[in-house]
Amino acid sequence: MAINTEKNKYTVVFAVIMVIIVGSVLAFFATALKPKISENERFEKQQNILYAMGVNNNEEGGSVDFVPTTEVEAEFAKYIKKQLVIVGSEAKEKENAYLIDVQKELAKVKNGLSAELPLLVGEKDGKQYYIIPMYGKGLWDAIWGFMSLDENMEVQGVYFDHKGETPGLGANIKQRFFMDDFDGETVLDGNSYVGVAVAKGNNDPLNTDKEDNQVDALAGATITGNGVTAMIKESLKLYKPYLETIRTK
Amino acid sequence: MALLSKKDSKLILDPLADNNPITIQVLGICSALAITAELKASVVMALSVLFVLGAGNVVISLMRNIIPSKIRIIVQLVVVATLVIIVDQVLKAFAYELSKTLSVFVGLIITNCIIMGRFEAFALGNGPWKSFLDGIGNAAGYGIILVIVGFFRELLGSGTLFGFKVLGDPVTKTGLYSIGYENNGFMIIPPAALIVVGIIIWVQRSRNRTLIEEA
Repeated sequence: MAINTEKNKYTVVFAVIMVIIVGSVLAFFATALKPKISENERFEKQQNILYAMGVNNNEEGGSVDFVPTTEVEAEFAKYIKKQLVIVGSEAKEKENAYLIDVQKELAKVKNGLSAELPLLVGEKDGKQYYIIPMYGKGLWDAIWGFMSLDENMEVQGVYFDHKGETPGLGANIKQRFFMDDFDGETVLDGNSYVGVAVAKGNNDPLNTDKEDNQVDALAGATITGNGVTAMIKESLKLYKPYLETIRTK
Repeated sequence: MALLSKKDSKLILDPLADNNPITIQVLGICSALAITAELKASVVMALSVLFVLGAGNVVISLMRNIIPSKIRIIVQLVVVATLVIIVDQVLKAFAYELSKTLSVFVGLIITNCIIMGRFEAFALGNGPWKSFLDGIGNAAGYGIILVIVGFFRELLGSGTLFGFKVLGDPVTKTGLYSIGYENNGFMIIPPAALIVVGIIIWVQRSRNRTLIEEA
């Protein structure tokens, strides 16, 4: 029996059936894989946070190397001492604060609503690390990251990531040669929280000047770099009230 | 007996050189420009397209007699998009690291004109086995060019291959850099890919003059 595939009725029926089949196949995959995917995302976040406070398997001159996924949960519990949420200038402890969606909280701030900004306090070798999650815009899509500070407002480590920056250009914000430059930079200029700018005219490619609030930019990634600069600055503005209470310098 | 008949192996081998989707048919240029700044990205993209085109061609070929011709383009798009999303989800669940490198390309795969082109030109008129071979062949032809372009752009633009510093360190001036060599920043921006592809086309056509079209 030959079907007449030219008829309008056939076309409509075909389209409907196709959409139903495709929709259910996709829904099936999405539901079946969701627990596994969200667990992966949780581990990744823990890895990133630990990375920013210097808990990682990096080797000299090597590439980014996280704590292995199999150990990350234990390591996270070991190093992260307090999970806080900042409301205004007050900080209170909250379980699993690191899972808070920073993007949503920042949107609340923008709309003048009260927001819960997560901040993690880590401890390694008797030293305190204050880890700030960040979220901003790159060239194509979202960029985010974590920055750890000590009481002197000196950067102890950063981790950046992105959704869709250009491979080989903006995507390099998650490479060590970019992130390592932030280590030791101060986010203070006098008493104001200026952050660390990604600067093209920095003229300090080896990054020896740690007081200039600048790191060397990536060639061909101006807008991504500006996004990182803006993201750091915006986050510090929001966390400033709390940071002032712990600052010793 | 050979594994593939002469006709079948032609389906795979033709797109690798004499009927290459990028250099001869000039399809898929957009993604070839966008992602070839690094060799690793080129390889990942090539493999993803290999899977999507191979599987997509088979699916379309199986459905070829029941697809209403009026909405065939939409049907093709739905098939590609579904395959790509499923691959992305499975990778996210079981190979999270890899999926992060791949996620950038998901959109690029769906809109890749080679895929739609092969569905339309081949899979709609041929059986599943032939379509599968055609898909693999074309994706491989596309992949080869990506890898060649990625190789030259990463080597000349960043002085690295797969992220390894093969020419020495530009900051501390070791290796080639100690005698005054500089990375060519132009190579990492997309227009450089056009020039590399152009050179490949030139080399290919001067080696095989039958490929030159009559003006």
